[in-house]
Amino acid sequence: MIGFAAKRLFGVAVTLLVAAAILFFLLDILPGDPARFMLGINATEDAVAALRTELGLDQPAFNRFFIWLLGLFQGDLGISFSQRMPVTQLMAERLQVSLPLALGALALSTLIGLPIGIFAAQHRGKLGDTLAMVLAQIGIAIPNFWFAMLLVLAFAVTWRILPPGGFVPWGENPLLALRSLVLPTIALALPQAAILARVMRTSLVDVMQADFIRSARAKGLSQSQAIWRHGVRNALLPVLTIMGLQFAFLIAGTIIVENVFYLPGLGRLIFSAISARDLIVVRSAILVLVAMVILVMFIVDLAYALVDPRIRTGGGQDDG
Amino acid sequence: MAEQSTFVRALHHPSFRLGLLGSALFVLLALISLVWTPHPTDIVDIPNRFANVNANNWLGTDYLGRDQLSLLMVGIASSLKVALLAVAIGALIGVPLGLMAAAQRGWLEAVILRFNDFIFAFPAIISAIIITTLFGPSAINAMVAIGIFNIPVFARVARGGALSLWTLEYVDAAKLSGLSNAQISLRHIMPNVASLLIVQATIQLSLGVLAEAGLSYIGLGTQPPDTSLGLMLKEAQSFFFGFPMQAIIPGMAIVLFVISFNLLGDGLRDTLDPKLTKAGGVDVAG
Repeated sequence: MIGFAAKRLFGVAVTLLVAAAILFFLLDILPGDPARFMLGINATEDAVAALRTELGLDQPAFNRFFIWLLGLFQGDLGISFSQRMPVTQLMAERLQVSLPLALGALALSTLIGLPIGIFAAQHRGKLGDTLAMVLAQIGIAIPNFWFAMLLVLAFAVTWRILPPGGFVPWGENPLLALRSLVLPTIALALPQAAILARVMRTSLVDVMQADFIRSARAKGLSQSQAIWRHGVRNALLPVLTIMGLQFAFLIAGTIIVENVFYLPGLGRLIFSAISARDLIVVRSAILVLVAMVILVMFIVDLAYALVDPRIRTGGGQDDG
Repeated sequence: MAEQSTFVRALHHPSFRLGLLGSALFVLLALISLVWTPHPTDIVDIPNRFANVNANNWLGTDYLGRDQLSLLMVGIASSLKVALLAVAIGALIGVPLGLMAAAQRGWLEAVILRFNDFIFAFPAIISAIIITTLFGPSAINAMVAIGIFNIPVFARVARGGALSLWTLEYVDAAKLSGLSNAQISLRHIMPNVASLLIVQATIQLSLGVLAEAGLSYIGLGTQPPDTSLGLMLKEAQSFFFGFPMQAIIPGMAIVLFVISFNLLGDGLRDTLDPKLTKAGGVDVAG
């Protein structure tokens, strides 16, 4: 198990290094002169020269890449050119909004999606199954940001139960902060729950046809006992994989949904950085997002190997 | 011929019929908009802004007094165009990669699989952010960003389908007759994974429409004066509380569009050989 984890961890490190190299190439070398790119065509020569010095552009690209990498390890991502603040500090502030939002949505979508999927598989072919799957079909088709707008209309404008947007920092009033994340979390979670419900149902229906379920039934377990004791545990494996993949989309969804609620999260930081052509912020923020996705996939891999020993011994190669 | 019979069998599938009807309607609206719309979409009529549903404007007018139905038709066409081209980018690069991985195995396959995993860590929005930072926002950027994400999806499905075919006897026979791996992939493997790829294309098309909507909504996709379903939602947001219909109509269009194409894909998938279906087909949102 430790060998497997070490091998995978090495893979994660290589992937991150490649991602960093690509981002560096795209956002530091491709624009030609980043200082001129950031300042625009109307900048004076003096201003461009000053920024060049500040960014260390007089050094070769190779050195700059390693300085950036070294900074990453030390938690120093440079100074934002547009906001004149350390990028690390900016991102730490924004993550206080984005991270609880993404994790909350992940938890909520699991809590809703898995039971619905199990219910549908248990009642396969009956009315309950059809109803659950029609709901899931609709859930998958709803754009999360549009759903967010409808939620604001219902809960914030018509019934005035929850705030329509904005954010009070956790330190000031944790309860208000939590309240402002309720609607965004629901908006993000429901479409994801629909996907999870479908995957859970398909996987459980598959597992229920396996021989060991028939043995369990022959042993005298009822259908629902067989489902709960043997079916669900085995059916969770493919669900886990999809959940790992879905995390990438939750992060992406966070960036979009933040816009509906005027939440000061990572997404809004990135958009202001794009319009200010602040390459320093864009580069590091994207790398942090990609790193989060890669790490979650790594954790899913490990969890998968813990549950299914065939994977770490290499006996159970994937089939696509 | 295999496609033909699959299609005919699929017609007995109720959700497939529903999906086909819906998708055909959307495609038809998009095609008509290329030559005709009820009203011009580029003429501003401020006194007539936010008109309710009426005999002249069947779905009312927007914040500039433009006819909503006409905008919707043009919007459907441009969303469909972005999603279609993104599917084309994904299939044209992804399918050869997947077929190559299945044919060569070994290190080449390992490299392609690693590349796949790597791209999966870049959801369309992240590619779109990078591309927009460099080149500014446009519908083409959205297309490329969604297309990049489609590459590993198609590679995965092509490889999954092809792997099981490579173990069959007729492929051995083709090898003995002296065909190269590339020739076998093209002549014997590709036709047999085509139906799987068509199913995936249908699903990626609907996901592409969702992704385009998201990107245009945050300003990384289609730009005015052009329109798309996502851009209509972005423009509607400022007036949403006063005129909620402005956002409800394009939103409903997206939902119905996506459901139609998903039903179409699900119906096709169910009709195909279930063993083949298991090899590929991952449901992932853009």
